[in-house]
Amino acid sequence: METCIALIPLIPLLGFLILAVAGGKFDRKTAGYIGAGSVGISLVLALIAGALFLRSLPGVSSYSVSLWEWISAGELRADMSFSLDSLSLVFCIVITFVGFLIHVYSIEFMSGDEGFSRFFAYMNLFVGSMLILVLADNILLLYFGWEGVGLCSYLLIGFWYKEPENGYAARKAFIVTRIGDTAMIIGIFILFVNFRTFHLDELMLQVNDKWSVGSPLAVITAALLLFGALGKSAQLPLQTWLPDAMAGPSPVSALIHAATMVTAGVYLIARCHVLFNLAPVVMTAIAIIGALTLLIAGFSALGQHDLKRILAYSTISQIGYMFLALGVGAWSAAIFHFMIHAFFKALLFLAGGVVILVLKEEHDIFRMGGMKKEMPLIFFTFLAGSASLSALPLVTAGFYSKDPILWYSFSSVTGNFWLWIAAFTGAFLTTLYTFRLVFVVFFGETKLKPSFQPGKLMTVPLAILAFFSIVAGFIELPESFGRFHLFSSLAENTLPAVTVRETGYPETLFQLLSALIVFAGIYLAYLAYYKKPSMSESFEHGRIHRFFESGFGFDRLYDVLLVNPLVWLSAINRNDIFDWLNIGLARLTVLGNRLFSLTQNGKLRWYVMSFTIGIVLILTYMILR
Amino acid sequence: MILAYLILILLAGSLLALLTGRKGNLWPRVISVAAVSLDLVLLIIFSSSVSGTDGKWLMDLQLEWIPRFGISLHLALDGLSLVMVLLTLFLGIISVVISWKEINSRVGFFHFNLLLILAGIIGVFLSLDLFLFYFFWEMMLVPMYFMIGIWGHENRTAASYKFFLYTQASGLLMFIAILALVFVHESTSGTLTFDYVQLLGLEMPAAKELLIMSGFLAAFLVKLPVVPLHNWLPDAHSQAPTAGSVILAALLLKTGAYGLIRFVVPLFPSASAAFAPVGMGLGVIGILYGAKLAFAQTDLKRLVAYTSVSHMGFVILGVFAFNVIAYQGVVMQMIAHAISTGALFILAGQLYERIHTRDMDQMGGLWEKTPVMGAIGMIFSLASLGLPGLANFVAELLTLLGTFKASVLMASLACLGLVAATIYSLRIVQKVFFGKMNHEWEIADLNLREKIVSAVLVVLVVALGLFPRPVLNLAGPAIIKTLDSHPAQLTGLPDSGKSAGNGKTASFNQLSGMFKKH
Repeated sequence: METCIALIPLIPLLGFLILAVAGGKFDRKTAGYIGAGSVGISLVLALIAGALFLRSLPGVSSYSVSLWEWISAGELRADMSFSLDSLSLVFCIVITFVGFLIHVYSIEFMSGDEGFSRFFAYMNLFVGSMLILVLADNILLLYFGWEGVGLCSYLLIGFWYKEPENGYAARKAFIVTRIGDTAMIIGIFILFVNFRTFHLDELMLQVNDKWSVGSPLAVITAALLLFGALGKSAQLPLQTWLPDAMAGPSPVSALIHAATMVTAGVYLIARCHVLFNLAPVVMTAIAIIGALTLLIAGFSALGQHDLKRILAYSTISQIGYMFLALGVGAWSAAIFHFMIHAFFKALLFLAGGVVILVLKEEHDIFRMGGMKKEMPLIFFTFLAGSASLSALPLVTAGFYSKDPILWYSFSSVTGNFWLWIAAFTGAFLTTLYTFRLVFVVFFGETKLKPSFQPGKLMTVPLAILAFFSIVAGFIELPESFGRFHLFSSLAENTLPAVTVRETGYPETLFQLLSALIVFAGIYLAYLAYYKKPSMSESFEHGRIHRFFESGFGFDRLYDVLLVNPLVWLSAINRNDIFDWLNIGLARLTVLGNRLFSLTQNGKLRWYVMSFTIGIVLILTYMILR
Repeated sequence: MILAYLILILLAGSLLALLTGRKGNLWPRVISVAAVSLDLVLLIIFSSSVSGTDGKWLMDLQLEWIPRFGISLHLALDGLSLVMVLLTLFLGIISVVISWKEINSRVGFFHFNLLLILAGIIGVFLSLDLFLFYFFWEMMLVPMYFMIGIWGHENRTAASYKFFLYTQASGLLMFIAILALVFVHESTSGTLTFDYVQLLGLEMPAAKELLIMSGFLAAFLVKLPVVPLHNWLPDAHSQAPTAGSVILAALLLKTGAYGLIRFVVPLFPSASAAFAPVGMGLGVIGILYGAKLAFAQTDLKRLVAYTSVSHMGFVILGVFAFNVIAYQGVVMQMIAHAISTGALFILAGQLYERIHTRDMDQMGGLWEKTPVMGAIGMIFSLASLGLPGLANFVAELLTLLGTFKASVLMASLACLGLVAATIYSLRIVQKVFFGKMNHEWEIADLNLREKIVSAVLVVLVVALGLFPRPVLNLAGPAIIKTLDSHPAQLTGLPDSGKSAGNGKTASFNQLSGMFKKH
């Protein structure tokens, strides 16, 4: 078991090492096998670990393994050690499972690219770092993985390095998330200075022991960690990097910017739930940020024409739902939505990636159309993903994961009507932009002919993900459907259960309402983008649309407030103002030199004159003294 | 005796290199590599044979020199100086190897200077007699002046003057302070001595202590360097030949940091404690100002030079935090910065050999032609921004955490440096290796010699990032001893784990104590 846990992150890292050192020497097939194979082995190991873990429940709820002592100085000590509990198990399996499918898909998707082995090296490094993040047993090692995935995200967004815009998007992602990370490391410092340990379990025990609810230190620390989470998970106000991150290859968007890395913030908050529970103010902030983000991102998604940017905003919006769930204390609901979201969002990106690929890098959905006839398999898998994203009642997994969030946003002790309204409106927006995408891309007349049909390496992963996007929800049914809670009973080995207040309304009523809103959304999309396109004409070219398209103008705001002043500041002082001290000194010396050399002019009169003046001055001084 | 041999071998090597320089270019190179390697081997053999990491001197050598004035040849080695000397010798070999093809004029004289600088640096790290220390301090200076002035780039003359004047002037202030210290000691104890060990623990009035300390500070802070005394550095670094830049950044700057830890803190305990807020402030200013200027540069070597200003800010910040964690961070930072910045200068040199420019606006898209060089550049840019897994992260983490215990405000401000470092480091990669090619350059990727040098540096920066313990363990006892009797530590040793660190930490803990549950 211990070896198994240690090997889960190490195997992909080994894959990275092999590909990075000797990548150029392999042919594509071998590089692909190494890349996908290492993640595959990791998946098998994670499944074995999971099986062993489930067998040992409820006796042992976490396993840990220590590899070596990483840093020790003074009283500080941090080890390279991993621990597996139900929370990290869920993340591990999702990461390796979705990761493996995406790697397989990428073998075909990237087959024409010159940086083939570089791509797989980065992807393996990513999977390894992400697994370190979720398996870390101390917060410093978590930060290690946290920065590692940030790095891979940077490397992969800028994978096609010849386009300067890609490099810009990559740096933006790294820098914006690093701003969050810096707040996070200060939070880690506070924890260490107060408790003298980095070990997560011990920290949480001590936090619970020594800090009271609402104590300033708890609130400050939780807020700092939250800021880190906001950066990584692209939540308000640090969400601006994610839409630009779509510059990377589609499998990257699927794996990193949809299924796994961007949910690291959710993981962090869930992992430190003890601390966050001591800071109710911060919890409320999380819920409000989640609600606002899901709304803003939902509207922004409506304004996009680029297929991948629609999905990117959709990701921001869905993570907003997870934050909302975290904020109202519905811990396992958030993690469940993370899992289901990983399936359907990876699926949507991969299927969308196929469409873009066969249409020769066409991103604008309004130049697509009729893809249903051209590529039926892609259509059906994409439809499965879209239905799941829209939380189509009863038949999709998305329904079973999103519906509890809507319900708890109202019924949890910290929930309220307004949070529910936001989530409810968000559900409508989700359906609307999702089916706008479906109708525009797959229905109507064919505008561009696909240049080829995808092969098995791409379609099989799509089919598998489509299957899970539909059925994975059945492991966790809503309270009103009966007592079947496989997922939450697993998660609640680590996370506390949600506390529900007496609302006086039945859950069924809310389910009915959200079912209705989903159908309303689909119908509106059908009307405006299929039946009567004229309806949406004015919107698609209007001013509101442009505002939505710019993502509510956050980029411009930050440019004006932060970027431009900084660039200006460094431009005016390029030559280092302090250098004037030296230049001034040098000039002064030269000036003095000139001044004194005037006296050395060789004219006897001057010399006699200055002697005389000197003597007179000295005599005067002596007399007057 | 081994300590004296370390220096003598280098001196002999330098003379030999000078003499054989007329016979051909190969001899000085081979002799230099041999001399430095011999030193390294000797040091490794002898340091592994001496045990006793209890903070006492591992090796100690005292010979009479000028007994009349209490001056002796007193050399000693503890964990801290051992780490520094190892670093010096390692980078010494690297410097010779990277100059193999770059330096083709007056090769004998070049290596004469190179070995002389190394001997001076090692002397600085080993001296326990202040007169001897000053002697070695000056010995580093002149050969470096020649190195910049003769083998440098287009503005070498101005740069070498600037370097010389800054260091010479500040060195003289230190010499005055040394004399003052010695005479104060004589007037209280009656013995005239320059010996470090005897001068320790000298009691004097606060004002006097502060004044004498400021003489030492002048020399060390200029060397480190500290904003606003840093202006010699960008010029010297960018104009020096590659080996010169590497030695400057990786080793010469570290003598300033070493001087602070070895001399300023133990000799002037209360004055240094009083200076701490100013020192930390200077550190923060250096971190942020250096980063800001690094971002604005278009000359690659100048950019890297300003990153040194920023990274050395962490050193001074940590030194004046007065706790074990911060000091371990400082030692790590010295090594990590030496490797990563050295590697970036080497990279700049390799690029210059190929495309004959340091202007980053001319570069771009070089990854396509030189993927190996690109990967190396990427790794060391990432090291410079403090990515976990690489040595610089350990250094910055420990420094910041140690500082955080001393001053929450300073540490938090310094953390902004992490963001700034991200911005300028990624800019290097973007400008040089990504984007479109500006010129139709047909350039070769790294050759075997260059690959080996870079690979060694990469392995080292990764190894120290994942397994920093050898360095931490080696320097640990010396650090604890340095801090042991320091007034800023009187509230208790942080490493004992039973009480709070220094005064400020205590108040922070009281603050947290107020919110504890009952």
